[in-house]
Amino acid sequence: MPKIVIDDKEIEVPEDMTVLQAAEEAGIEIPVFCYHPKLSIAGNCRMCLVEVNNSPKPVASCAMPVCEGMVVHTNTPMVEKARKGVLEFLLINHPLDCPICDQGGECDLQDITMAYGGDISRFDLNKRAVPDKEFGPLIETAMNRCIQCTRCVRFSSEIAGIPEIGATGRGENMEISTYIQRTITSELSGNMIDICPVGALTSKPYNFKGRSWELSHTPSVDVFDAVGCAIRIDTRGREVMRILPRQNDEVNETWISDKSRFAYDGLKYQRLDRPYVRGEDGYLHPVTWEEAFSRIADKLQQVRGNHVAAIVGDMVDAEAIVALKDLMTSLGSPHLDCRQDSPCLGEGPRCSYLFNTTIAGIEDADFCLLIAANPRWEAPLINARIRKNYLANALRVTSIGPSHPLGYPVKELGNDPLILDQIVKGKHRICSSLRAAKRPMMILGQGALRRKDGGVILKRAQQIADTYGFVQRTWNGFNVLQTAASRVAGFDLGFLPGRKGYGVKEILKRAGKKNIEVVYLLGADEIDMKPLDKAFVIYQGHHGDRGASVADVVLPGCAYTEKDGLYVNTEGRVQKGLKATPPPGEAKEDWKILKALSDKLGLALPYRTPAEIRARLVEVNPLFDEVDCLQPARWEPFGEDGKLDPEPFEFAIQNFYMTDSISRHSITMAKCVQQILSQEKEND
Amino acid sequence: MTAFKFSKENVARVKEILTHYPSDRKASAILPLFELAQRQCGGWLPMEAIKTITEMLGVSVIRGYEVATFYTMFNLKPVGKYHLQVCGTIPCMLRGSEQLKRVCKRHLGIENKETTKDGLFTLSEVECLGACTNAPVVQINDVYYEDLDEKSFLQILKDLEAGREVKPGSVLGRQGSAPYKGKRRAHAKGK
Repeated sequence: MPKIVIDDKEIEVPEDMTVLQAAEEAGIEIPVFCYHPKLSIAGNCRMCLVEVNNSPKPVASCAMPVCEGMVVHTNTPMVEKARKGVLEFLLINHPLDCPICDQGGECDLQDITMAYGGDISRFDLNKRAVPDKEFGPLIETAMNRCIQCTRCVRFSSEIAGIPEIGATGRGENMEISTYIQRTITSELSGNMIDICPVGALTSKPYNFKGRSWELSHTPSVDVFDAVGCAIRIDTRGREVMRILPRQNDEVNETWISDKSRFAYDGLKYQRLDRPYVRGEDGYLHPVTWEEAFSRIADKLQQVRGNHVAAIVGDMVDAEAIVALKDLMTSLGSPHLDCRQDSPCLGEGPRCSYLFNTTIAGIEDADFCLLIAANPRWEAPLINARIRKNYLANALRVTSIGPSHPLGYPVKELGNDPLILDQIVKGKHRICSSLRAAKRPMMILGQGALRRKDGGVILKRAQQIADTYGFVQRTWNGFNVLQTAASRVAGFDLGFLPGRKGYGVKEILKRAGKKNIEVVYLLGADEIDMKPLDKAFVIYQGHHGDRGASVADVVLPGCAYTEKDGLYVNTEGRVQKGLKATPPPGEAKEDWKILKALSDKLGLALPYRTPAEIRARLVEVNPLFDEVDCLQPARWEPFGEDGKLDPEPFEFAIQNFYMTDSISRHSITMAKCVQQILSQEKEND
Repeated sequence: MTAFKFSKENVARVKEILTHYPSDRKASAILPLFELAQRQCGGWLPMEAIKTITEMLGVSVIRGYEVATFYTMFNLKPVGKYHLQVCGTIPCMLRGSEQLKRVCKRHLGIENKETTKDGLFTLSEVECLGACTNAPVVQINDVYYEDLDEKSFLQILKDLEAGREVKPGSVLGRQGSAPYKGKRRAHAKGK
């Protein structure tokens, strides 16, 4: 490892580091615009110039590899002059509209100019004017402000895998543009706003809504898919103003998907802010909590405990799940389910429903088999990892299932489940590559598991995993891609049909007809509500969506931004979301509602404080003891024997932008559906 | 718009061009292929051609568009049969390129970047064509016309309009940039 001296500090760094990274190690700040740790090196902004011994000119530190005996200075008069010069050039064409720029207050150019720039410009001619571009419903452009760092260009071609943006023209006429006016069709496009060091790309929904210094920041976890991205919720007063990613290299690196970032406006509409009870006239009438609970208590008194069923939705925190489970158990009901889409999952060992490879582990794989999985829509950040591995190591990806562009080359074997049989028997042309792979991984999508033969597919997947060495001593290449943030927690807490209990399908079939008289929906909106017409439905959740429309009693709960809660992502990682705003109106935290209801029913659940319910979680499953920590699941047999159904696969998600009660009520997401999905259709 | 296709003889040429580059670096062939396509399309490079060629080379369309917009010699809009590229850099300007542009305005009624209605001429002011000793210079399609003045340039335009052949090179009859008339040198000995 070479030893180098930076500003009289001697440090030893790995050979493949650049001077800039070495300086970062040494705790020395070098200002940058075009350099971004997750993107390729462009070296075009020249802001990172430093002085290196034996070099007559300043050197761009972001592109300069370290070598033994290098002596670097970052604070000499030469460097200072270089920085001043670069900034003066950058500001020649940059408008001084910081007071009306959304980036103001969190702008790299503003900060760096304050710290390193000169105080006057010697340029007294007109600045150039660049027409703004149409980048779709999420990104607002102000191209006059662009300093051509090309971070967005590199992001779209490297991370998003959809090279749609480029630097057209040359010199003074260089512009960042798409080749024709078209919306950017990436699920990660919002990240361009974050990486833009100036205010050229800003958030359209947040446009002119607030200033960065007015916002309070709450670190939390995303619940729009099962990846569990680290997010920062920015609030002003009671309102969520925007959502940004936090860095978590294990999960989302520094990116989040557009749904996670922009669906927050759905939190403002169609909220349940007080309890309702359906009256004789068939309409929901606002009532007090006491009245709502009385109505439930009256009904439950007439009904036997095992005639009550409960379904947990996709965005529910672990606390509420365990509280509902305890309540149902005390009522004597075994009819619990957290699988709204009824995949054949959950009853088996833990390894059968987890993303065992882990998200960061994807980078070590050398072969990836997708089975009815569309990671681009079901987990955009997992898709970004696969692409990262494809770029770094030319990961080979093959897919069984419908064809869908993923942003990297995919060898499509066709949409025929029987291929699995052929692979198990070693009779498919892909088998030789599978055998050759050292660290193969497979991703099983929910689309494969929610079929009737889901259990058989699971079995076949395990057979493939066993036959072709997907599972080794330090490597587990078997992955199930969950799409619901609450699903793994539901499995880990055993929110599944008990002895003689019914699953979602059975509950719906029997609801109101045979022995299922009361159905408790905890944020469950993705099931077919029609069969519930005749049953007595209690809906607890945050949106007046499908569930509330059939409910007899509506209990207003909290959305994920309004409560502290634990979530388990698809890898099995327990993560903590924090409360950023108070819930609207009379809405309460979900587990507290359940606790209060249990008191009313005389079944008092034995916990009153957050600490006590956490203790209960740990009691049910010790995994909840440690947050942000992964415990590998033991490899055990799972799945069921049987024959595969030749019916082709379907993906679990048909519309990326609207998958749940929050995104369905988001105006921004509605615009995305209108503009982006329709454009994709046109292109097809 | 219909998709762009290379003509039969150009397909063979494309194949030959691609052999100049390693097969995993065939994107390097983008410039010669653009040039070929521009010739085939009558002096301009349609978006459809960029799409076809980028697909052929396995790069994204926007990368091809970046290249096409970076190089000024690719015309992204149709040009006339005769593309008049008047050099406007200092030596030519001092020797009267402004007047040549005025001739275009007077005779053809076109300004910079405009095309005549009959589609015969397009005027472009370009940067140094590298023939300063023969300033002012106008490049018409592939050929240089040098040592021009208003009268000789007007004559060339009229000849082209009439479909007459015009001799390329210096209108004064200089050979290359050799001295004008006889063997005089810039600094004759003993002078």
